[in-house]
This record gives sequence, structure tokens and C-alpha cells, in this order.
Amino acid sequence: MLEVQNLSMRFGGLLAVDQVSLDVQEHEIVAIIGPNGAGKTTVFNCMSGFYKPTGGKILFEGKEIQGKPDYKISRLGLVRTFQHVRLFSRMTVVENLLVAQHRHLNTNLLSGILKTPNYREKEQKSLDRAAYWLDRVGLMDMANRDAGNLAYGQQRRLEIARCMVTEPKLLMLDEPAAGLNPAETKDLNQLIISLKEDYNVSVVLIEHDMSLVMDISDRINVINQGRPLASGTPDEIRRNDDVIKAYLGEA
Amino acid sequence: MQDLLYFIQQLINGLTIGSTYALIAIGYTMVYGIIGMINFAHGEIYMIGAYTALIAITGLAALGIAWLPLVLIVALICAMIVSSSMGWAVERVAYRPVRGKHRLIPLISAIGMSIFLQNYVHLAQGSRNIGFPALIEGGFRFGAEDSFQTSITYMQITIFATTLVCMTILSLFISRSRIGRACRAVSQDLGMANLLGIDTNRIISATFVIGAALAAVAGLLLGMYYGSIDPLFGFIAGLKAFTAAVLGGIGSIPGAMLGGLILGVAESMTSGYLSGEYKDVVSFGLLILILLFKPTGLLGKPEVEKI
Amino acid sequence: MAAHNLKHALFCAIVTLIISYPILGFNLASEGIDVTLEGAKTSTVLGVLLAALIVFLFQLYRDNIMGSLRQLPAVNPLANRKPMEQSKRLKLESTLLTLMIIGALIWPFIASRGAVDLATLVLIYIMLALGLNVVVGLAGLLDLGYVAFYAVGAYSFALLSQYFGISFWFALPIGALLAALFGLVLGFPVLRLRGDYLAIVTLGFGEIIRILLNNMTSLTGGPNGIGGIPDPTLFGMEFGRRVKEEGNTSFHETFGIAYSGEHKVIFLYLIALVLAVITAIAIRRLMRMPVGRAWEALREDEIAAKSLGLSRTAVKLSAFTIGAFFAGFAGTVFASKQGFISPESFVFLESAIILAIVVLGGMGSQMGVILAAIAVTILPELAREFSEYRMAIFGAAMVLMMVWRPQGLMPMRRIHIELKRQE
Repeated sequence: MLEVQNLSMRFGGLLAVDQVSLDVQEHEIVAIIGPNGAGKTTVFNCMSGFYKPTGGKILFEGKEIQGKPDYKISRLGLVRTFQHVRLFSRMTVVENLLVAQHRHLNTNLLSGILKTPNYREKEQKSLDRAAYWLDRVGLMDMANRDAGNLAYGQQRRLEIARCMVTEPKLLMLDEPAAGLNPAETKDLNQLIISLKEDYNVSVVLIEHDMSLVMDISDRINVINQGRPLASGTPDEIRRNDDVIKAYLGEA
Repeated sequence: MQDLLYFIQQLINGLTIGSTYALIAIGYTMVYGIIGMINFAHGEIYMIGAYTALIAITGLAALGIAWLPLVLIVALICAMIVSSSMGWAVERVAYRPVRGKHRLIPLISAIGMSIFLQNYVHLAQGSRNIGFPALIEGGFRFGAEDSFQTSITYMQITIFATTLVCMTILSLFISRSRIGRACRAVSQDLGMANLLGIDTNRIISATFVIGAALAAVAGLLLGMYYGSIDPLFGFIAGLKAFTAAVLGGIGSIPGAMLGGLILGVAESMTSGYLSGEYKDVVSFGLLILILLFKPTGLLGKPEVEKI
Repeated sequence: MAAHNLKHALFCAIVTLIISYPILGFNLASEGIDVTLEGAKTSTVLGVLLAALIVFLFQLYRDNIMGSLRQLPAVNPLANRKPMEQSKRLKLESTLLTLMIIGALIWPFIASRGAVDLATLVLIYIMLALGLNVVVGLAGLLDLGYVAFYAVGAYSFALLSQYFGISFWFALPIGALLAALFGLVLGFPVLRLRGDYLAIVTLGFGEIIRILLNNMTSLTGGPNGIGGIPDPTLFGMEFGRRVKEEGNTSFHETFGIAYSGEHKVIFLYLIALVLAVITAIAIRRLMRMPVGRAWEALREDEIAAKSLGLSRTAVKLSAFTIGAFFAGFAGTVFASKQGFISPESFVFLESAIILAIVVLGGMGSQMGVILAAIAVTILPELAREFSEYRMAIFGAAMVLMMVWRPQGLMPMRRIHIELKRQE
């Protein structure tokens, strides 16, 4: 459903991403790994529309999306999280989830001001969806806390829930396990698998935690210094000499 | 020929005003370069410099001292000391406690400071405008006796010369002195400079002091040039100077000079060929256009948004 | 006592003297073309010296003073109290609001004419501040040219009535819509600018509009302004002594009461009250709607908001336009209250006052903003002998609020949302 072809991104004299290609099929978890500074997040930023790639194509469900504005890409069903969690910290947890559902809600100002039955019904639906996901990630009791006051692991989960209420087709997770303890990582592991199995969402993730990557990924792409190094199933990657030399070897 | 002389006259007037804008703009640009905030009260610092200079000039006259160079130098020094102290105090009181908070907070604090200082001078010195003696009179004239003459006054020459001297000293200071080097380091990366043992608080204070001192010079010069001052005259001049700083590329010192000159000329051309009333519209319009189409200004570096 | 402290304290005291003595200690006076210098009153000089002494002592004992201040629990008695229960708080708030509205309704019949007039002004400021609160407090867009939209509202009514004889009731929506249109047109190009640039650009726009009003003399009367703006009518009843417009009747004749200038003042007050209440309710609703949440989301984190599919331009523009709309509302009421408007009423300082109200009240907090609007308008009237200090106090208060309590006197409280567990 997603196809990245020969993606390049140049910042002035620096070629941060050079001819990277990868693809994601429906019902699949694909990981992007590589040493720090390899250009993984830059690939993400191009895919989610924060950067306009200087070369290559990105196809989502057959349509070219490279260079499209970020909010439009997100509306297509391609939603991401951030390496450093980005929540609306002075809004409550449940408000964070309601913001994300703005598209499911009637945007007509008057119907909202006058609280028409139609508006109420839609509002209730999005509340229910928010409640469902809060329950799913174990934050029900925190619903009315300020998002900024949550513990780090909870903030990570909230960010994923916030993506999920938009009902995405493809979820992009940027180092979801960063800063989590082993128990939390294990929960995350299960959550990501369940997103794929139960909600039929494909996942692309950038991750440094090798056990997580090897456990849950269907396929792995390795990037080194902006260039693609290898791709394949976890087993293939584990045995790949180049990868061992460039990445696993030094880790 | 006449048209050309008229044009040259507008150019001279524009460059005169423009070079004082440049002096004020330095203060905006240096502060922005280092802590990334618009020092909204900078125009008031300049206004206070002008008032102090006038007080010093009047005081010296009352004491019977009339030797022009001495009067000018004493007035200049007084204005620079008072303005710099004010710049230092403003930073300590209104900006340092809110440094690093959400962007709007220092800006609102600065607006409050600007209003406060305006009214501080208003309360102390009244709201009416007060005549500023034109200490430097006379000038050169070009062109035929019976038609339009281009003139360049000694005052205008003084303004050019002073601006040039100030800018040279500033450039040397920034490039050669220890504090100047630290200033550049801090504007590159405040956190890193801190780690390297630079006392960033001191450097930030120094920036405010230098900017204020230059604004005081502009205060004295423009006071004499315009011939009168009032507590509000710092506000518009401040906005103009800010426009100049943005035009040249905020954070860039040569940019501030260039921006000041361009803005001054644009204004005087508007006054000369259209109408004096619309010169403010032109400079604000210019500001808006630049921000829309080239927010980094003429000589500024682009800012990369980090995710 | 460290020598370092002493040195620092001495330095601060000297700076205090330098920045206050020359400006406060000498008064410039112009006599004809000559300027003379007079020494200030002894009390002023003593005051300056006292200030320096206070600064010296404060800096000297700074650590001790700050330490003991921190230990004072009484500074904010509410800080440690447990937040009230949701239902209880709502009940208290609604009782308070009802009382306020009842009080506001009775007010014109017991207060003097001047007091009612002042109250109308307060209500206009409440509308303005509530509108700006959307832009600054919720959407986080620092608009320093807000007064321009106020001017658009006021001038549209003045011009429409002058050239087309349009009455207050028609002009009210037109003025508000025109102001909103201005907001839309101006906002479209500038809203992608970063926060502080946006502030300067809006300030520039505000000034441009004022300069244009001042100079387009043939249309706007320039600095002389426009007079003879009609009063609002009540179902075709006029409040003047004599009926001006054909077909109208006069209020006092219809009801068979003696003519009184107060009727008009009270009527205007009631209009302003109704409009202010409508403004408050409408914005309160908007805050709880997707668009209101989008404003706040964008204020909190633009990048995250965009990643969730919010269009930055559309969201910002909606806040800007809605803010402008209410300013236009207020402008129309203002024009009709004054009967005369000129560019003088729409200077930058006015924008700054409205901003100060929003900041003092607590950005985003409606209750806080309303109370601040009341305080900021009425306090200077109560303490007339200090009224010349008003703006200086304003400025100082803005700085102090940002330093000590950037969230304002009554910070915005989040709405509690009850959720049902889903199966």
C-alpha cells in the first residue's frame, strides 16, 4: 500500500537520504533500522510531508504523495508519532483524543453552537471512540489529567492512541520504545501486534530496541549513512554480513 | 537636471534617516540573534537616550558651557550611560525571569515594558513635545541659485560620520574582543556556550547594553535632526528600526545597516514623490511584504524547523 | 554576607539612580522656543533616593527575602486547597453568573447616568477582550492590531449610516461581518508567520488602517472623524427628544412618560449587555467544539496538530476571523454609544489595553477576562487622582504578570469530560 522509490533528501550540501526505497504491504509491520544519524527520521519526515523530498517518489495506495502538505497526507490515513513525544500538554488526555477526531465531527459552526441533535450524536461517537482507546491503552483513569502531567510511558501510549482514533490505514512510529522500561516495552510489543491483527493497520517503525524489532517485524529495512544497506525478513537481516558489520557489530 | 537634484536630495535625506534607523536596528538584531526575542521596549530606550541628551544639553547651557564639541560629547556620554543602564535593567527585570518560557510570554513582557517606559517619561517630562536645539547648523548647497538646490547639511554629515564610526567600532568589537567572540558563540548555540563556561547571562546583558548605547547615539542625532522630541517618538522609530532589522535579516549586523539604509531611502522617496503621510504606510507595507516573501531578510540565514 | 552580594547590590542601586535621577530629577520646560531645565520637587528626589535604597537592601538580602517569601504559605491560600468537585464548582459558577447577570440588569435603574455609561464601556471592553481571548488565549496568535477590526466595525456603521442611512440594527451584523472579512483577508497571507513576526505584522496592519482612516479625508473625515451617528431604535422607537426619521415614533411619547436622556443610555447599556452575553455564550460553545479544541491544539504543538490532519491555515484563520467578528460587533456598539468616532479611538495603545485585559485575566479563561475587563476599566475611574498613572501601572502590571503569574489571575480550567467505558 505504501511504496517509497529512490527517495533522496538534500539539506544544502548534505545528502541526508540517498536513493532509499522501501515498501509496506497491507497487514504488515515493517521496521527501519540503522545507526544514529542514518537518516531514518528524515525518511519519516518525507513520508509524512514535513519535508519535501528532493528526489524520488512516494506512493500511497497508488497515488503520489511526495511534496503534499503534511495535514493532507495525514488525512489520507498515514499518521505518525514522534521521536520526542508531541502531545498537546496543556490539554487533557481525552481532549488530545478529541482533537484528533476533528474530521469525524461536523465542522458546521452553527450546528455546534446550537447543539443540534446531529452534532450531539457525532460528539458522543467521538467521545466513545476516545473512551475505547483510552481503555485499550490503559489510560482511562487519567482521562481528565493534563497530558503534560502523564508519566513518560503513558505519554507514549497516549500518542499512539491519538493516532488510532483517526482510524489510520498506516501508522508510522518513530522510536516508540525509546525511554520505556522492559515491562513497558513488552506491553508496547503486544500493542503494536494487536494494532496489526485486530485493527488491520499496517505499521512502519523506526526502532533501536533490537529485540522489539526482531520480535514483531515482518520485514526490516536497514539504512546506513542515508543509503539503503539491506532489506529482508528478521532472519535474513540477522545473517546479513553487511548489516552485522555496519550496525549490529558496533552495537 | 532639476529632477536629478531633487532625487539626490531625497536620497541624501533618506540615507540620513536610514543610518539612524540602522543604529537602532542593531539593538533589535543583536538581541534577537542571541535570545530570539523582539525587544519591544528598545524604541523607548532610544527615546530615553534622546531625553537624557536634551537634559544634558540644557543643563550645560544653564551652566554657561557652550563649546560645541564638549556639549555634544557630554550629552552623548550621558545619553549612552542612562540608556545602557536602562537596557541592562530592563533585561534584568522584565526579560531574564521569563527567558526560555513560551514565546508569547517574553513578548508580552516586552510590550508591557514599552508601555511602562513611555509613561514613565510621560509622567516625568509631560506629554508635549519639547524643542531640541539644532546645535549643528549650516551646510553645503549645490545647483543654480534660482532653481531647486540640493543641500547637504553639516548635521547630516555628522549623522553619517557618527554612524560610520559607531558601526566600525561595533564590528571591531564583535570580531576582535573577548566579549564580542563570546557574543557570537552565544548566538550560535546558547546552551553549548553555557556548557563551555561562557557566562551567558553576562553576554546577554552586554548585548542589551551595547544595543542601548547605540540607540542613545541615534537618540541624540535624531533629536537634533528633527528638532523636537516627545515620549511617543520612540515607538514609531522603534518599529521602523525593527522593520530595518527584519529587512536586512534579523540577527545579522550588516543586515541591520543595509536594512536601515534601504528603509530610510524608501521612506524619503515616498515623502518626496508621493506624500509624507503615507511614508509610514510604505514602511509597514514593506515589512509585511518582506515577512511574507523572504522572512529571512536580505542577509539573514534560514532557520531550519526541527522535528 | 558575601562581598559579591554587596558589590552587586551597590551596582544595582547605582543603576537605579542612573535610570531614574536624570529623567525624574530634572524637568524640561519649553518657554517659546527656549528649553529650560528645572529641578524636580524635593519629594521626587527623595523618592528616587528611597527607590535606590530599597533596591540596594533588596539585592543585599535577596536570598533571605526570597527564601522567606517562599516559606509564606499565605501568599496564595487557594494553592493548596483541593480542587472543588466538578458538580459543586459548576453549580457555584452558574449561581455566580446568574447573580452577575441579574445585578447587571438591575444596575442601570439604580446607578447614575455616568455610571451606566461607564458600564456600557465596560461591556464593550468585555466583548473586545473575549474576542481577543480567542485569538491570543486559545489560538496562541499574538495579534497586536486587534483594534483595527474594532475600527472597521465602528467605521462601517458610521459610514453606512452617513451615506446610506442604515440603522444600528442592520449595521450591527454588517459591521461584524465586514470586520470578519477584513480578518479573513488580512489573516490569509500573514498567518503562516511565526508568533513574534505575526505580532509585528498585525501591529503594522493596525497602524496602516489608522493612518488610512486619518488620511482618506474625503471618505472618513480624517482626524476630524465622523459625527452624528444615530442611536439605536427599539422597534422603530427613537430615544431622542424629537423623532429624526420619518415613520419612527419616539420612545417617551409611546409610553407616555416624560422625556429623559437616561432612557437612551440605559437602552444602549442593555443592548451592550445582551451582546456581551451572546458573545460570551457563543465563544464558550466554540471552545468546547472541535474548532475550539483545534485552536488550542495548534497553540500547544503545531507540528503534532498538522500530523493529525489539522490545516494550520484554516484553523488559525478561523480564530482570527472569529476574533475580528466580535471586535466588529463591539465597534458598532462603540460608534453608536459615542455618536462620534475618529482615528484617535483606535490607536495601538487600545490594542495593548485589550491585550493587557486578556493577559491579566488569564489567557483562555473567560471568567478571568470578564473580571479583568471590569477591573481595568473601572479602577482608573475610581482612583481619578491616579488616572495619569494608569498606563504606567498597566505596563508594569503586564511585566509583573508575565514574570510571576503568566497564566493570569484566573487561569483557564480544563473542562471535565465524563467517559463511559466501551466494550
